[in-house]
Amino acid sequence: MNKFKTVLVQPILAMLIGVAMVSGAQARDQIEIVGSSTVFPFATSVAEQFGRTSKFKTPVVESTGSGGGLKLFCAGIGLEHPDITNASRRIKGKEFKNCQAKGIDITEIVVGFDGIVLANAKGAPQLNLTRQQIYLATAKMVPNPDKPCQSNWCEPVKNPYMKWSDIDASLPDVKIEILGPPPTSGTRDAFQELAMSKGANKFPHMKKLKKADKSMWKKLTRTVREDGAWIDAGENDNLMVQKLSANPKAVGVFGFSFLDQNSDRLKGAIVEGVEPSFENIADGKYGISRSLYFYIKQAHVGTVPGISEFVAEFTSEKAFGEDGYLVDKGLIPLPASERQKYRNDGKNLTKLSM
Amino acid sequence: MTDHSNLTSHAEAYEARLKKRYRAERRFRAYGMAAIITAGMILVFLLSSIVYSSLPAFSHHHMRLDIEVSSDYVSADAPEQGNYLGLVRSALRDQFHDVSGRRDKRALYKILSIGASDEVQKRVIANPDLVGTRLSLDVPLSDDIDLMLKGLIDRTLPESDRIVSDRDLAWVDKLLAEDRISRKFAVALFANGDSREPEMAGIRGALAGSLWTLLVTLIVSFPLGVLAAIYLEEVAPKNRATALIEVNINNLAAVPSIVYGLLGLAVFINFFHLPRSAPLVGGLVLALMTLPRIIIPTRAAFASIPPSIREAALGVGASRTQVIMHHVLPLAMPGILTGTIIGLAQAAGETAPLLMIGMMAFIVDVPGDVTAKATVLPAQIYMWANNPERAFVARTSAGIVVLLTLLLVVNATAIYFRRRFEKRW
Repeated sequence: MNKFKTVLVQPILAMLIGVAMVSGAQARDQIEIVGSSTVFPFATSVAEQFGRTSKFKTPVVESTGSGGGLKLFCAGIGLEHPDITNASRRIKGKEFKNCQAKGIDITEIVVGFDGIVLANAKGAPQLNLTRQQIYLATAKMVPNPDKPCQSNWCEPVKNPYMKWSDIDASLPDVKIEILGPPPTSGTRDAFQELAMSKGANKFPHMKKLKKADKSMWKKLTRTVREDGAWIDAGENDNLMVQKLSANPKAVGVFGFSFLDQNSDRLKGAIVEGVEPSFENIADGKYGISRSLYFYIKQAHVGTVPGISEFVAEFTSEKAFGEDGYLVDKGLIPLPASERQKYRNDGKNLTKLSM
Repeated sequence: MTDHSNLTSHAEAYEARLKKRYRAERRFRAYGMAAIITAGMILVFLLSSIVYSSLPAFSHHHMRLDIEVSSDYVSADAPEQGNYLGLVRSALRDQFHDVSGRRDKRALYKILSIGASDEVQKRVIANPDLVGTRLSLDVPLSDDIDLMLKGLIDRTLPESDRIVSDRDLAWVDKLLAEDRISRKFAVALFANGDSREPEMAGIRGALAGSLWTLLVTLIVSFPLGVLAAIYLEEVAPKNRATALIEVNINNLAAVPSIVYGLLGLAVFINFFHLPRSAPLVGGLVLALMTLPRIIIPTRAAFASIPPSIREAALGVGASRTQVIMHHVLPLAMPGILTGTIIGLAQAAGETAPLLMIGMMAFIVDVPGDVTAKATVLPAQIYMWANNPERAFVARTSAGIVVLLTLLLVVNATAIYFRRRFEKRW
């Protein structure tokens, strides 16, 4: 019986005491970062470099998605909450209000651009698309091609386009098969907003609808088809690259860095006559690109050691500059004047107001 | 002789039925064989494809670099503060005298891994007398150069189609001609924590995280599970209340694991304020998940002990506690351990609940205790699969190989225990 006590009961007691002790004292000497999976590869690169070259511990970076990150970030001030959150879109007004309600003052830093590309295997035909064609290939409901449109309204029908050549005779005579990011992903949000909605607006009636009934417009332009032509694949996933190179008919939707790293296997579709290249995205010529952000919790600067230094590292020329190591990881840098602006914002902890 | 002809027709019918039965038996065996062979082939295909694609991760190309440990970069008095990266880069410049200009030099530095200076740093800090001497060391090359040398990047493609430029190729060819490049076992894969550079990324942090997490799981779920099972099987009266508990336990075993993650987030992190991303919380969540998976086999082990053992012990005057502790529990132990080990193996492969409590994170440091930030093996594999760098494909498979090996060892232990201590009645 004594043996039984030592074997079974004591560890439980020890655990409970341990739990109680840990929850009592919680000092932190390590920066905690959450947020977007698109910014994740850049934030982790900076974190690693920062850990190597400074006297501080390597920050912990969690990939929670932009929305999930902002939710955790705005939950409160205190060491159990993260210090920085990454986002592949700007903070929304509602999220900002939630943050304000908790008394959290934040600083906004734009780190660079990310292009969203459509790519297929090297051996497959080169796609040359307009955003309108992208919309027609991916939306669930499209204007009825057999009925002429009125000035204000087109009858929406279930997407009838099964081959690229059904959309436009210049496109290849191949079944539409798109591997895209899942609904939880910020890449998908950006694709819907920048490619699909903008493509839909090429129809005059859609532009009018946007003003008249925004929620209907959103529903029509941003719902992805569910008939099998669009397949939810991993987001930014090396498996997707392998699937694409094995299946020349398939087209993938993902961040530019994957195209950049796999330029020997994949080629990007030309969108609106512009090739998805580093230069074209940096110049803003390539249409489907977005800014990447991170947000700093001002109250934690000085409490958690190293936040200012980490921000300085992230916004240094050797990181997010034109020849910086983040560029090697696929980040597309901001113009020099903007880099200077955000470097100053980071230094002075300029308060964001909306 | 009607009797006789009747007899032959009986015999023929009998023969026919017998043949039919034999045929049915042969068919049945063939189906079984086919099922086993199909399953076996799928397994062989899966394993061989994973092992094959993991092979490149187990070795890495290094180059021999002659390093002048000059006091310009490192002082013998304070070797910790030395500029080792600069030291290695200047040694590389000495190797290629014709490279000049800032851009060209930067391109040259990129053929080396960012971890190239680690070994020099380690040696000089251990032995400051090395300052002022000349070292000849094998330092790791960058991931792209390594892939090219392994033949995973085709160097015959036009320059625009590959990551490695013609200039890189010329430099590497020069090194090859001087016999400076060697292929070595990738120690980093087992010695390092996570990294954004594939050649520096290692499994050690995740392995340690997994072990800490499983330790917490074991400490919490084993005693709780065994005590609950003993009580339910041996002590509790059989009534509606215990029947309800039993149904619930069986139900809990089938609850999707993400639910436990949400529970862990709400209870351990938001209510008890335990740290995020810690093996302590991960272990507690997995313990909840493992509990029913320990209780059920433990109860089965108790139920399989013949009543005669209990009756004999009671007959010679043992108390109920003595019956359980001295006789039933030791006999049921092999079954309990097998159940526990298989439950833990399942917990070791779990990612979904850990996602919610922040264990899917980039963590460089190897965790040293249950409250340090940590990730686990399956989470590490998932994160590597998501990285854009090509070399992470092999790293991902290597991670899977390590995880499979761990599970194989654990399951083999379970089988050993069963064989060693099992008693049959």
